[in-house]
Amino acid sequence: MYKMAGLCLLVAGAALAQKYGVGHTPTAEEVKAWDISIPPDGAGLPDGSGTVAQGKDFYASKCAKCHGSQGQGGDEGPLAGGQGSLRTAKPLKTVGSYWPYATTLYDYISRAMPFKQPGTLSPNQVYALVAHILHLNGIIGENEVMDARTLPKVKMPNRDGFIRDTRPDTGKARSKK
Amino acid sequence: MSNHPIQPQPERRRFLRFGAALGGFLTGCKTSRVEEPAEPSSLGKPLSEHGARSPFEKTGRLPGPGKNPEIGSSKTPLQDCYGILTPASLHFERHHSGVPHIDPAAHKLLLHGLVDRPLMLTMADIHRLPAVSRIHFIECSGNSRSEWGPKTAPDAQKAHGLVSCSEWTGVPLSIVLAEAGVKAGASWIVAEGADACHMQRSIPLKKALDDALLVFGQNGEAIRPEQGYPLRLLIPGWEGNTSVKWVRRIKLVDQPSMTKDETSKYTDLMADGTARQFTFEMDAKSVITFPSGGQKLAGPGFCEISGLAWSGRGRIERVEISTDGGRTWVNAALDEPRLRIAFTRFRLPWKWEGQEVILQSRCTDETGYVQPSREALLEARGANSDYHNNCITAWKISPGGGVTNV
Repeated sequence: MYKMAGLCLLVAGAALAQKYGVGHTPTAEEVKAWDISIPPDGAGLPDGSGTVAQGKDFYASKCAKCHGSQGQGGDEGPLAGGQGSLRTAKPLKTVGSYWPYATTLYDYISRAMPFKQPGTLSPNQVYALVAHILHLNGIIGENEVMDARTLPKVKMPNRDGFIRDTRPDTGKARSKK
Repeated sequence: MSNHPIQPQPERRRFLRFGAALGGFLTGCKTSRVEEPAEPSSLGKPLSEHGARSPFEKTGRLPGPGKNPEIGSSKTPLQDCYGILTPASLHFERHHSGVPHIDPAAHKLLLHGLVDRPLMLTMADIHRLPAVSRIHFIECSGNSRSEWGPKTAPDAQKAHGLVSCSEWTGVPLSIVLAEAGVKAGASWIVAEGADACHMQRSIPLKKALDDALLVFGQNGEAIRPEQGYPLRLLIPGWEGNTSVKWVRRIKLVDQPSMTKDETSKYTDLMADGTARQFTFEMDAKSVITFPSGGQKLAGPGFCEISGLAWSGRGRIERVEISTDGGRTWVNAALDEPRLRIAFTRFRLPWKWEGQEVILQSRCTDETGYVQPSREALLEARGANSDYHNNCITAWKISPGGGVTNV
């Protein structure tokens, strides 16, 4: 009797833990290989590093065709310039004028660029491109090195330019809150 | 067709033929042939494995591919759709690096981060879980971007076609999250696609647990590759970009990841230079689809005004129509079903007298929110916010019957 009650409890405990029991537990290596997100605190940034000079050469061969030799834009949007333009009639949104976090640059280049060969760059290449683009925007000096330690510390010019959603901002809203 | 020797001639057809001959006689022996009814008298096409629309139906998504054909969007021809469901083949597209070719037998979804146990699910695993079907629209927050002006788009498709409505079938995300076990401290999820660029968005955990779905079905069939085959997220009522297609990974975290598509894009620049971030909900919007821009009325007479209204915050309660440039408004009839976060079809019987007319629709949702004018939006946000334009559209019917966006 006691045994049966214990078994019931055990089953109930398992049900609470996992109701349907589908799927399998991935290995730690699997999770690490799949997890390519880099948040603002830089968690998950890989070893390696890159300099502005290294990034300049690599940018010319891999990026300039779409984004312009100086990041001014081409077939795709500009990466540099536009600082101070956000409140004008013709705002220019670039890495330097608009992006709030430098880590986003690493995350996006690493997962999505170059457009036709995404995910092919090494960490050193990505760090170098990030360094070059930040330098094009006057955010870091030409001798700075980007790595897992320095990148999250870069303060972007528009870091404090974002506000929360304050809608509904029109339309005679009657809030049900 | 009458020269087919075996085909029996139906009685009715013979009668029509006789009538036509008689008619010809009565009108004074005109030599011109009277047109016969167009029903075929020969056999039609055989059964087929997968249906196709009539070759007479030409409507399609626009525009076609541009310079980088894997980036961009194509829009639903709202003016050519009936009812509230969009055919999957006409559902708008927005891709960031093309449509991936995914074998469902190889597709997996990883849940990890702040969970009790990381979980890897195959499509077969997901198909075993309890599913639901719900009718919801998906709208890109860049929809109606042209309507900030001054030059607006010429028709309903080009102006407002980045919205579509389907019946979606899938597993509530809350079920899958419970399987992994949400740890204390988790407050956001980061969802990532299996497309070439691994498009990702951060979404508050509260919404993920509320009504988000992991979707594999659309209007009774598997979702189309352009819509995320074999698995996509559906975040009801929120900007379409959060409904991550081809979803392959969901990470539970304690802060948003500040991805490219929630910082440099999909943020709304205000006149003072600040930008609203995480503007998720789609405000109530309506558009008259008939008569609408680019169409031409053949002449004065009866004409049912019809269109679509939707809100990311719930049900559509009312749609008003003005035929005098906004001086007076009358309520349109709302078709059933009238569902939360779904297209609602509205209709108003009307007679066009042949004069110049400005037609507008204005909807109200269940929160009491009323669709604003363009001027009200501009006053609140300035002209550079790009996203989340839900202003009232005005179509002008000219005395010749042509309809334009004004």
